[in-house]
Amino acid sequence: MEASAIIFYCIAAFILGAGILAVTTRKIFRSAIWLLFSLVGIAALYFWLQVEFIAAVQIIVYVGGIVVLIIFSIFLTQQSGKEMAKPSGKHVLFSLLAVLFGLALIYNLISEYGFAEQASRPFQVAVGEIGMQMLSTTQHGFILPFEAVSMLLLAAMVGCIVIAMKNKSGNLEAAEPPAGKLMIHSDFTSSTTEKEA
Amino acid sequence: MNSVPLAHILFVSTALFCIGMYGLFTRRNIITMLMSIELMLNSVNINFVAFNKYLWPEKLDGIFFTLFIITIAAAEAAVAIAIIINLYRSHNSIDVEDATELKY
Repeated sequence: MEASAIIFYCIAAFILGAGILAVTTRKIFRSAIWLLFSLVGIAALYFWLQVEFIAAVQIIVYVGGIVVLIIFSIFLTQQSGKEMAKPSGKHVLFSLLAVLFGLALIYNLISEYGFAEQASRPFQVAVGEIGMQMLSTTQHGFILPFEAVSMLLLAAMVGCIVIAMKNKSGNLEAAEPPAGKLMIHSDFTSSTTEKEA
Repeated sequence: MNSVPLAHILFVSTALFCIGMYGLFTRRNIITMLMSIELMLNSVNINFVAFNKYLWPEKLDGIFFTLFIITIAAAEAAVAIAIIINLYRSHNSIDVEDATELKY
């Protein structure tokens, strides 16, 4: 067995072990930390697969963004030292059965299917090439999904602000739905003028 | 160059997907259910990258799918956490068993 194969199996065991602990630990904060380890392991797997750009994006977005967001929401919503309620035995049994049957089915499918691997050609991912293809308007360019995703991110940002914003009771402005974006601004200015006055 | 067959990487991602599915089935807390969903999305990303590397190494389509999935997962997590915080304000709990207004 080669060294890189050994490294792969170590990374795989790390990812799966951390994942199992993340879904079975009963303390929610530990669960978030195990999820963090699992995501770092997946970034290591991307490094092993020689897609360094995806690994960097994985670390920046997941480890630096999403897990921090999840930990913040844990701190905002509950006592992190408290243990969560144990799932009922019937629940666990049937979930395990469903998961194991699904795993066995997919395992069977993958091991039966012979993939025509083409190991001869090297796989090179240059970051410049990713950028060129991402923004190219030719047939194999990805400019349209890029723009769609940018609109989606803008919509998600505005949506998050509107959903998580506290609406003051008895405020007529907050009840007006069409002025969603202006309302934030006018709220802000009116509160500052109130402070000044 | 490829010392590990493609099937083994697919086994890892399948196992990770099933772990996420188990978490989604057994957990009753919305934040931990969201974490299980993140695990499942990550297993799909591993599949995309592995297929791209082993089967079509001259193209970059799997890389782009992975990038877009990561972006959409980030947006989804942000919106979900905004909803969770709003739910906590109105119900004082983020257990799915407590949010039953739309059930009946």
